[in-house]
Amino acid sequence: MIRYFLVRLGGAIPTLLAIVTLSFFLIRIAPGGPFDQEQTLPADVMANLNATYGLDQPLWIQYGRYVGGLLHGDFGPSFRYRDFTVTELIGEGLPISLTLGALALGIALIGGVATGAAAALARGRIADHLTMGLAVLGIAVPSFVLLPALGLLFGIYLHWLPVAGWDRGSVADLVLPVAALSLPPLATIARLTRGNLIEVMHSPFIRAAFAKGLPRRTVVLRHALRPALIPVASYLAPAAAMVMSGSLVVETIAGLPGIGRYLVQGALNRDYTLVLGMVIVYSTMLITMGLLVDLLIAALDPRVRLET
Amino acid sequence: MSDAWSRLRRSRRATIAFAAILVLVGLAIVGPWLNPNSYDAIDWSNIAIPPGLTGAHWWGTDRLGRDLFVRTLDGTRISLAVALVATVVSLIVGIAYGAVAGFSGGRIDHAMMRVLEIMSGLPLIFFVILLTVVFGRSVELLFVAIGAIGWLTMARIVRGQAMVIRGREFIEAAVAGGAGPVRIIVRHVVPNVLGPVLVYATLTVPQIILFESFLSFLGLGIQEPQASLGTLIAAGASEMEAAPWMLLVPGLILAILLVAFNVLGDALAEALDVRER
Repeated sequence: MIRYFLVRLGGAIPTLLAIVTLSFFLIRIAPGGPFDQEQTLPADVMANLNATYGLDQPLWIQYGRYVGGLLHGDFGPSFRYRDFTVTELIGEGLPISLTLGALALGIALIGGVATGAAAALARGRIADHLTMGLAVLGIAVPSFVLLPALGLLFGIYLHWLPVAGWDRGSVADLVLPVAALSLPPLATIARLTRGNLIEVMHSPFIRAAFAKGLPRRTVVLRHALRPALIPVASYLAPAAAMVMSGSLVVETIAGLPGIGRYLVQGALNRDYTLVLGMVIVYSTMLITMGLLVDLLIAALDPRVRLET
Repeated sequence: MSDAWSRLRRSRRATIAFAAILVLVGLAIVGPWLNPNSYDAIDWSNIAIPPGLTGAHWWGTDRLGRDLFVRTLDGTRISLAVALVATVVSLIVGIAYGAVAGFSGGRIDHAMMRVLEIMSGLPLIFFVILLTVVFGRSVELLFVAIGAIGWLTMARIVRGQAMVIRGREFIEAAVAGGAGPVRIIVRHVVPNVLGPVLVYATLTVPQIILFESFLSFLGLGIQEPQASLGTLIAAGASEMEAAPWMLLVPGLILAILLVAFNVLGDALAEALDVRER
């Protein structure tokens, strides 16, 4: 298990390097530079700036330097946020984004499995139709529509919650963003759970469990839920990606000082190091999530053997 | 096939969803001509007025006094067009890739699947963001970039089907009859995967509409004064306190489109007896 974990982690390094390389050259092809402003800077000032940041060197030397810095854990200075390193910028915002994402994913998982299972057990009845109707809506309404709509309802009309803002981590500020981020994956998880649980409940081993005289509760919780959750576990990786991309807009709408805004802003500003830092952070999170999902599936499904 | 068609027609949900899509597509195409306003005309005497059927602006106007009825339907048309073209792109690439991999088998299949695996592990959404920044924002790029993401799952589905079909007798018969691999793929493999492909394509359309709105919302897609559902929602979100209809009108249209395509896709899967992934 530990060996598997380490080997997989080692395997992620070339992938990450490939992503960094591709992104590095991609963003450098883009016209314009980080010091372009409405008023053009005098040529000698520009030259000095470029020299200070090493932008006057050939591209492959810059690339070598950047990767060399990465190996020492140095993401470089930000070009736009002067006096800040990329590590500082990301380090400040990451805890907020992680809290938001982890809460959203956790609620989506627990809420999705619970509603999906409840719908499956009430199959064909009103509760089932209602839940699944809501699930279709949840799949169809994206976070960036949901959040303003929720803000309109709970913030502007009902005055229950703040529409946007960040007051040193007050819970009220997080309610709407977390709700908007978690609902779409929650809906998908509910649908997956329902479909799989219904299928599992028809299989022979469940009939055997009932035949043994086990109460329905035990049959569902101890026998049926586990195999039904395997597809849900594999959906967690795309769900994490969905939450991450959703947080790009949700943080902006809700005015949360996370890292979401840096990716698009950094790319538009040609803040090369900031964009690359963001790509690295997001890729690492996605790769780690994929690894965790594989471990989870192995734990849920006794037929799966972890091969290195 | 006719069997599936009658099953589909009997499904009330599918009929309603299909009707909703037809109505919205129809509105998107002819709608802008029903109203004398143009999508970028500024009406200074009617700034940010709420919807009302009596006035000149049925669905209200935005901050600049532009007509929201025309802008929303125009935006819907652009969103639908992007989705359609990107779906076709992902269909063509995905079918070709998947059919070749699944039908060839062996080492070729292995290598092609490895490429697919690596690509689906990449944070493609970030690459799309970088691409739009690098190559400027254009509708054509949107088509290609979004289509380039959509084909991955399609290729996987087609490959799985192609592998099943490869072992059937009629393929053997075709080989015995002297048909080359290209002919077999085009004439025998592709027609047999059409069911799952149709289902998946129907479910791809809403995904792409969603993704295009997402990019436009971030300011990376369709540019002013042109509108898409994403840009309209973005504008509406920032004005919702003073003019909630600016958010609700395009948001509602987007939601109806997405729900309708998803419901139709599910019903198709049921009618054609295609199992979910």
